[in-house]
Amino acid sequence: MADSTKRKTSLGDWVFFNLTRLFALLTLLILLGILSSLVYGALPSIEKFGMSFLWTRGWNPPMEEFGGLVHIYGTLVTSLIALIIAVPVSFGIALFLTELSPAWLRRPLGVAIELLAGIPSIVYGMWGLLVFAPLFGQYIQPFLAATLGHVPFVGRLFQGAPMGIGLLSAGVILSIMIIPFIASVMRDVFEVTPAILKESAYAVGATTWEVVWNVVLPFTRVGVIGGIMLGLGRALGETMAVTFVIGNSDQLDTSSLYAAGNSIASALANEFTEAVSPVHTSALIELGLVLFLITFVVLVFSKLLLMQLAKQAGKRT
Amino acid sequence: MNETMTNDLPAAALTTQISFRNFNFYYGKYHALKTINLDIFRTQVTAFIGPSGCGKSTLLRTMNRMYDLYPDQRAEGSLLLDGMDILDKSVDINLLRARVGMVFQKPTPFPMSIYDNIAFGVNLQERLSRGQMEDRVEWALKKAALWDEVKNILNQSGMSLSGGQQQRLCIARGIAVKPEVLLLDEPTSALDPISTMRIEELIAELKAEFTIVIVTHNMQQAARRSDYTAYMYLGELVEYGVTDQIFIKPQKKQTEDYITGRFG
Repeated sequence: MADSTKRKTSLGDWVFFNLTRLFALLTLLILLGILSSLVYGALPSIEKFGMSFLWTRGWNPPMEEFGGLVHIYGTLVTSLIALIIAVPVSFGIALFLTELSPAWLRRPLGVAIELLAGIPSIVYGMWGLLVFAPLFGQYIQPFLAATLGHVPFVGRLFQGAPMGIGLLSAGVILSIMIIPFIASVMRDVFEVTPAILKESAYAVGATTWEVVWNVVLPFTRVGVIGGIMLGLGRALGETMAVTFVIGNSDQLDTSSLYAAGNSIASALANEFTEAVSPVHTSALIELGLVLFLITFVVLVFSKLLLMQLAKQAGKRT
Repeated sequence: MNETMTNDLPAAALTTQISFRNFNFYYGKYHALKTINLDIFRTQVTAFIGPSGCGKSTLLRTMNRMYDLYPDQRAEGSLLLDGMDILDKSVDINLLRARVGMVFQKPTPFPMSIYDNIAFGVNLQERLSRGQMEDRVEWALKKAALWDEVKNILNQSGMSLSGGQQQRLCIARGIAVKPEVLLLDEPTSALDPISTMRIEELIAELKAEFTIVIVTHNMQQAARRSDYTAYMYLGELVEYGVTDQIFIKPQKKQTEDYITGRFG
C-alpha cells in the first residue's frame, strides 16, 4: 500500500520534472528555429549585398537594389527619442506615486497608468495620425524650430517643414506608449526599497529628492534598468503605431527629425505583401534579422552595464 | 492617573536638552503615547525600556520627527529641544535631523562607497573642501572605532562590510554631521555578542560629546550603559530616574516585575 503510493508520487514527480524541462527547452528550440530560418531566408540578400547592406541607403525594389540604412537609422532614432522622453517622465511618475502623492490618489493614478499600457497600438497609431500629428505640426514643431532650432549642433535636428508626421512624431508616440511600462516597473521597485533605508537617509537630513536620487535609485538600479530595457524592447519592435506616423519614406538626405523616415518593423509590415522578387523578400527578411540582432545587442549591453555598475559600487569583489 | 513617578534626580551640573511636556502621539486614531512628561539631560545616556509595543521606539522617533514621513501619524503637546518647540510647523526639518542623528535596528548602509556613506550627510549640510571632507570622514570613522578596519578600503561599497562594521559605519555617518543628540533604536538587536560589546563601548565613549538616547530590549545593556532609564508600559511613562536606582530599588511594582523578568 505504502509502496504503491510512493511509486505514484515519484511517477508524478518524474512527469512534472520532464514536462517543465520540455517547456524550458522548447523556448530555446523556438529561438534557434526562428534565428536559423531568418538567416536562411536572408541568405540571397546577404550574398548579393554583403555587409554593406547595413550602411547603404538605397531602397529600390524595381532595380532590385537594397540597403537597410534608412530603416536601421529610423528604428534607432525613434527608439532613442522615445527613451529620452520616457525615462525622465517615468521617473517623475514613479517618484510621485511612491513618495509624494497623497495616499488616496495613489491607487487611481497607478491604475490609470496601467490602463495606458493596455491601449492597443493600432489605436495609438490612429490617434497619432488623426489627432496628434496635426496639432504637433501646427503648434509644437514651429515652436521647437523657433527655440531649439537656433541652438548650435542640435538646431539642425529641428529644421524643415513641420508636417506633423516624421521621425520626431514617431518617437513621441513611442514614448507615450512605453511610459506606462517603464513607470510601473520603476514604481514597483521603488516600493520594495526598505523603509528603514529611506528613513536612514532622511535621518541625516536629506530631502525627498536627495533620498530618491542618492539612495533609492542606486539601490534599485537593476530593476530600473530592467524597466528601461523593457520599454526599449517595445519601442524597437513597435510596428503599427509607427507605421501611421513615421511617414514611410525610404529617403535619408537630411539630418532633420521633422523629415519622414521609415523603421524596420514599419517597412516589413508595409512591403511584405508587395514583395514579388525573391531578392526583395530576402532583403526584408534580412531587415528582420537585423532588428533581431539589435534587440539582442541591446540586451547584452544592458547586462554589461549592470555588471559595470555593480563593480563600481564594489558590491561583488 | 497619568502622573509620573520620578526618582530623585541629582540636579547638579545637569542641563536639560530635550523635554516632553504633556506629549501625546497618535497612529491614526490609536493613542500610542499618553501624556508623556520627560526631561533628557545633556551628554548623558538615557535608555528607554519596556515590553514590545509599549511605545519606546515611537517616543524615540518623535525627537527627529521621523513620523512626519507618514501622513496619519501626529503628535500633540510640546517637545522642546534646547527650549525650542520642534513640533512647531516652522521648524526646518532637515536642519533638525542634522542636529538629532539616528541609528536604526538593522545596519542600513547606503548603496555607495564607505567614504561616500559618511560624506553624503555632511555634503547635505556643509560645503567642505576635499581635504576638509577627508579629515571629517577620518574623524567620524575614528570616533566610531572603525577607521583601522576600513582605512584602506574606503572606496569599497558600504554593503561589503560585516553586520557589526556596517552598524558602526551607520554610527559614524550619524556623528559625521556633528549632531547634538544621537538616537539609537535597538542598535545591537541584529548583531552578534562581540559586535554588540563594541557598540556598547562606543556608546560609553560617545557620551562625552553627544546626548544619547537608546531604545533597548536588553536589560543588561540598559543597566550597564545608561545613566538614566525610563520604563514604559502601554504608552505611558511608568518610571524614570537614575539607572542604578531604577534597577536596584524601583519605586513601582510594575517596573520591578519587568526588570526582574517576571513579565515582558
